[in-house]
Amino acid sequence: MAKLRQCAIYGKGGIGKSTTTQNLVAALAEAGEKVMIVGCDPKADSTRLILHAKAQNSIMQMAADAGSVEDLELEDVLKVGYRDIKCVESGGPEPGVGCAGRGVITAINFLEEEGAYEEDLSFVFYDVLGDVVCGGFAMPIRENKAQEIYIVCSGEMMAMYAANNIAKGIVKYANSGGVRLAGLICNSRQCAREDELIMELARRLGTQMIHFVPRDNVVQRAEIRRMTVIEYEPKAKQADEYRSLARKIIDNKNLVIPTPITMDELEELLMEFGIMEEVDESIIGKTAQEEVLAAA
Amino acid sequence: MSQSVENIKPSYPLFRDQEYVDNLAAKRAQFEERHTDEKIDETFLWSTTQEYQDLNFQREALTINPAKACQPLGAVLCSLGFEKTLPYVHGSQGCVAYFRSYFNRHFKEPVSCVSDSMTEDAAVFGGQKNMFDGLANAKALYKPDMIAVSTTCMAEVIGDDLNAFINNSKKEGHIPEDYPVPFAHTPSFVGSHTTGWDNMFEGIARYFTLNHMADKEPGKNGKLNLVPGFETYLGNYRVLHRMLDEMGVAHSLLSDPTEVLDTPADGEYRMYAGGTTMDEIKDAPNAITTLLLQPWQLEKTRKFVDATWKHEVPKLNIPMGLDWTDEFLMKVSELTGKPIPASLEKERGRLVDAMTDSHAWLHGKKFALWGDPDFVMGMVKFLLELGAEPTHVLCNNANKRWKKAVEKVLEESPYGVNGKVYVGNDLWHMRSLVFTDKPDFMIGNSYGKFIQRDTLYKGKAFEVPLIRIGFPIFDRHHLHRMTTLGYEGGMYILTTLVNAVLERLDEETRGMGTTDYNYDLVR
Repeated sequence: MAKLRQCAIYGKGGIGKSTTTQNLVAALAEAGEKVMIVGCDPKADSTRLILHAKAQNSIMQMAADAGSVEDLELEDVLKVGYRDIKCVESGGPEPGVGCAGRGVITAINFLEEEGAYEEDLSFVFYDVLGDVVCGGFAMPIRENKAQEIYIVCSGEMMAMYAANNIAKGIVKYANSGGVRLAGLICNSRQCAREDELIMELARRLGTQMIHFVPRDNVVQRAEIRRMTVIEYEPKAKQADEYRSLARKIIDNKNLVIPTPITMDELEELLMEFGIMEEVDESIIGKTAQEEVLAAA
Repeated sequence: MSQSVENIKPSYPLFRDQEYVDNLAAKRAQFEERHTDEKIDETFLWSTTQEYQDLNFQREALTINPAKACQPLGAVLCSLGFEKTLPYVHGSQGCVAYFRSYFNRHFKEPVSCVSDSMTEDAAVFGGQKNMFDGLANAKALYKPDMIAVSTTCMAEVIGDDLNAFINNSKKEGHIPEDYPVPFAHTPSFVGSHTTGWDNMFEGIARYFTLNHMADKEPGKNGKLNLVPGFETYLGNYRVLHRMLDEMGVAHSLLSDPTEVLDTPADGEYRMYAGGTTMDEIKDAPNAITTLLLQPWQLEKTRKFVDATWKHEVPKLNIPMGLDWTDEFLMKVSELTGKPIPASLEKERGRLVDAMTDSHAWLHGKKFALWGDPDFVMGMVKFLLELGAEPTHVLCNNANKRWKKAVEKVLEESPYGVNGKVYVGNDLWHMRSLVFTDKPDFMIGNSYGKFIQRDTLYKGKAFEVPLIRIGFPIFDRHHLHRMTTLGYEGGMYILTTLVNAVLERLDEETRGMGTTDYNYDLVR
């Protein structure tokens, strides 16, 4: 058995992390890899395309029902879906209460203690909520857990801000441990020169754009059926895109400590690509009325 | 109402003076809105019924008087057992004050332990800065050779990563790169003090051995490792050394806080004294094997020792009572090829003699008991050997497998038929049990004294006296130096139990002209 590779997927909320992860994992499974997905998001929607389910019962929900985590067994929480992909959701509280970060810590500790990682696996993917907002969401990248981080982004300004912020988070852990940035996955929003832009951002962060995933409606069509494209329409061109992403990840040796850029550098980059206009300092803080007066 | 310097009275009997009695009565009448005595007594009596017990056992969301403490407390005790080691708790200050006072009250000794005092800003920004300053200050001020880090709930909830923080402290030069800082995550809201001991031990073993296994080989140093677990009877550490020394078996007692928790008053304060050396723990993988003295609480340690040190950990019970001490010594003999010496055989013979002498008094006496899983298991076993009957057997911090194992021990003896095992229950449950099905005695920690008071309030015939064996014992002195393991421990437990029975009999038979026909000089 090859050494287990643990990967974490981060990226701005709504960028398509869960969809990309599940399609990627389906492609990996198709290529014969043994994969587990660990959803680290209280929404618990990281495994639905693999399991054809609305939302998997999460570890935290079941622990709350049973009384404590110690009352759970691995088989209660680990479900097997498309091509034997193992699926777990950490789960967490409703928005606005409790601590979702602690939920992630508890869930991953539980999986370790119950020997979920000792099974025959070649890849584990952590699908992590939007941003690294607290220590709990950094749990997947602590020592002896995920060593490779992939950031899903697009050519939109906020997605790139988020990618840069996540890179900052990675640096903290990379300096003391083995976690590395392994690449940006561009999930296209069909912005102009998007591929060039993300390649440039990747270069500045010291990493690579590992793959450009074009936009294709087949992804949504498959998603309505709670399926990945790989399963729903294996012959689709988009399925090949995910296969090619999977292949690149299998072969990926480009693991780096990222070099996040400053806000100014990021804005400069965005301006260079025409996504942001140069700021006219003279208009800042001026009301419409003041502008009219000034023009008169 | 003022005290006189020549005759200072403590609260008892001072508050029995008439002026205090009147004062308290006036306060009660005017401000307390207290129910009538009749109503209070009615409610009290209801709380002693079977009906109340049934409700009590349906409790879901509330624990009353837990028979356990929290993880970092165990981590601190484990750390204290290593030479020149400062226990360091990453988290809030109040928690550490609690650990220190808890041990102070039990051992009547100062307990050195520091916290990095996380406050609101640390809760928001993470505690890394506290750890940078804390490690540097603790090392500079208290000059330990090793700092063992555990955590409080606060650090755990915000997800502080000890491994990263400690490595960063080294990288940024707050402490030297090669300075030993083993660590364990010990969230208080998971498990108990025994889990914390286990986690900390695994953390220390991991730090010193995980990446240094290349030149290690089981059996190379010819020694046996002993891992005590959360052990508060100092005599137990000492008796283990003695028994193995008498057998001529070289051994390492991994975590031994006997010196630091029992330093002599010779005019010199020692922050550190004795303890397992770093060389011993580094060399531990070379031992023949590792014996876990409290196997039910050392699950994580067992896994580590098995997977990393490649030791085949023998399946043993806590060496308490006759049978399980035999089993322990015979296993040591089998593993090392050293015979059991005459001195230990003699000691065993004395215990058997003593058991026979006291047998008539202990036969059929009913005992309720609680404590940590291995202690309770060993005590049940020994009670059965004495012909006593364990009735209510309660453990707050054990699992269902443990429950089955204790039930099996009970089944193996005719004295075990009335024994019922409870896991995950607290002392308020125990209170119900001793009211509805009265045992002769309770065996447990100091917290049981409130159950004894309550049972006496119902009437002398309902009183269940407490025999103090366990942890913590805050209200009696020097019992922490005693021994509960080995034949020596058997002798101490036997002596304590039989004399409690005889004390009680004297108390009941000293009624002048009524019961004193049985107030005998010879028992």
